[in-house]
Amino acid sequence: MADVKLISLTKTFGDITAIDSMNLEIKDKEFFILLGPTGAGKTTTLRLVAGLEKPDKGEVHLDKFCVNNLSPAVRDVAFVFQYYTLYPNYTVRQNLEFPLRSNLRRLSKPEISKKVAEVARVLHIENLLERETINLSGGEMQRVAIGRAIVRTPKVFLMDEPLSNLDAKLREEMRAELARLHLDLGSTFFYVTHDQIEAMTMGDRVAVLNEGKILQIGTPDEIYNLPKDVFVARFIGSPIINLFDATIEKDTLIFGKRDMVCSIFEKQCSLLKNYNKKNLILGIRPEDIEVSREKQKDNSFKSTVYFKQSMGIEDILNLKINSIIFKAIASPKLQTKVGETVYANINIDRSHLFDTETNKRI
Amino acid sequence: MAEIVLKDIVKRFGDLIAVNNLSLNIKDKEFLVLLGPSGCGKTTTLRCISGLETPDEGKIFIDGEDVTIRRASRRDIAFVFQLYALYPHMTVYGNITYPLINQRYSKEKIKKEVDRVVEILKIKHILNKKPRELSGGDMQRVALGRAIVRRPKAFLLDEPIGTLDAKFREEMRTELKKLHVDIGATTVYVTHDQVDAMSMGDSIAIMNFGVLQQVGTPNEIYTNPKNLFVANFIGSPGMNFINCNPAMDSSGKLVLRPLLIDTFIPIPDRIQKIILDKKEEEKELVLGVRPEDVMLSMKKGENYIETKVFVVETAGSYNIIDIKLGSDIVRVRTLPTIAPKIGETVYIGVDMKRISIFNKKDGNSIM
Repeated sequence: MADVKLISLTKTFGDITAIDSMNLEIKDKEFFILLGPTGAGKTTTLRLVAGLEKPDKGEVHLDKFCVNNLSPAVRDVAFVFQYYTLYPNYTVRQNLEFPLRSNLRRLSKPEISKKVAEVARVLHIENLLERETINLSGGEMQRVAIGRAIVRTPKVFLMDEPLSNLDAKLREEMRAELARLHLDLGSTFFYVTHDQIEAMTMGDRVAVLNEGKILQIGTPDEIYNLPKDVFVARFIGSPIINLFDATIEKDTLIFGKRDMVCSIFEKQCSLLKNYNKKNLILGIRPEDIEVSREKQKDNSFKSTVYFKQSMGIEDILNLKINSIIFKAIASPKLQTKVGETVYANINIDRSHLFDTETNKRI
Repeated sequence: MAEIVLKDIVKRFGDLIAVNNLSLNIKDKEFLVLLGPSGCGKTTTLRCISGLETPDEGKIFIDGEDVTIRRASRRDIAFVFQLYALYPHMTVYGNITYPLINQRYSKEKIKKEVDRVVEILKIKHILNKKPRELSGGDMQRVALGRAIVRRPKAFLLDEPIGTLDAKFREEMRTELKKLHVDIGATTVYVTHDQVDAMSMGDSIAIMNFGVLQQVGTPNEIYTNPKNLFVANFIGSPGMNFINCNPAMDSSGKLVLRPLLIDTFIPIPDRIQKIILDKKEEEKELVLGVRPEDVMLSMKKGENYIETKVFVVETAGSYNIIDIKLGSDIVRVRTLPTIAPKIGETVYIGVDMKRISIFNKKDGNSIM
């Protein structure tokens, strides 16, 4: 098993800088997730690590060695693609055996069947071994594709959105399965996705990527609770964080055109010394706004239920105060109705403050 | 504005029955979501409403008028397939006014309608741009603008956000819902994604194999699923299912015995009565429990089952703890502060007030 290190890695395609001097260290046995929107450079990064692309600048290190000049075949990494690539007329067993038959490895027949049996056990596909792959369901195919990657025990697994073609239900199941597989195999996973929930639920650490640049690296807890900038704050968490234009006047926060006025906490006061009378962006996650029918003591604002999204487990209320619309989470037991007046109680202690000019966290 | 009524619609393609005897009332100003897996007949249903397909049997009424065989262009309905379908050589203004010019609107009327759309969608600043200069979100808004500008009676949307990134989809859900609230036109929306359905629909119609499974508000469908298919399809993380046999305990009370683990699950009197009244006590049953209705404890409590933690998933505002029960995974949704270690022994119990029970054989709820 191995660690992965990227040193000022740069890759351009014509005028477009896909990866912009990226530095990244993935520890041995880590489940590391690269998260970002379409076009951020996620897949390019994986392809650089695999050796499918050559960098313009910088180095890729696997297991302490620079592998820039090594061909993909000898880098000893396994790539799992979004579109499972199986041999359709082979059985599952033949598909799993195939990577082991390579001349590079020279394994004996009993060794091969032992390895295949082990992989089949880990992935719960023992009963599928003699089936042809065209007769498998989507989830089964993806398991076999993962099986083909793990059967030859590579140093590093590179996974490019392996779950995005599965239906929602199966994706959830596979999330838990992959997290557990990672633990059982004890190998390094480098996983790419645009889905923040996959990143949050599976990753040991997550790097948020946008336009070829890494914006933040941290544990799921860190990037959720301490987002470094507005982009990360918006990208992580569902429903999306509320962002308000705000100004500071001494120890009060003014939202919009005085639509809401909050007193702020002492510990925030010292941080905000330099921002007196200046504009900033205030972020509050919907779960940090409590909804009630009665006015509460502090930071409780009268608002109208503009519309409502019933998610079953919770209601996402879209509340309106003058021209400001924001989201809050309410229990379905509260049985709020559209058009009704409620109070939004803002837990200002849990707010995130960002500089308007730089979009960076204050 | 329009009320749409489908009566006993059947649509066949060769031997395949794509839509099987579907009846549905879509109220004026309602946002109805047709939800189901691929191949369930949801898109065929939408195409029948639009007039792109003619049903083999049954009738379609819009505002009380039988339109079953009326041409698509004369039904006054806007069909949005893919929000990105814009004319690349025209400006945003040109794209939006195109349907009006086509219908020979006067200049003043065109201006008035465009102003209205620009205000609703907040796209004034991009009116003179070409589609290729726009961000994905703006392109979507323009395509919507083109649909709403001629004030159709109803909107039909077929997975308009299906190909987008997860984050972007979430933003568009809120925008589409807000748009519906603001203009209040009857909307039929087709999707395979239950989150789309829950977060936007006033009501949801779930289909499978061409057959309507259940119609109801998001909350009704979530709390009282009519069968295993609906229960399984709605909710994320999904409902937990435990196969059980009813049995009598030593005091003669009816309990549930999970098939794979040696324990008893006591059930409330109300549900015991339902099982006995419906003569289900001899049959194999499926206990359905949503992840938020499973309680997790580090200490053994009454009626709690001892298990081990399989995986812990952190989602920020909550955690999902995956537990192995026999060979099944049971998911528990907890506060983000509760994070046991993998392999740790924990105890789980069930909030019996909020369970569902299904007959294993036909899949129907017995509640």
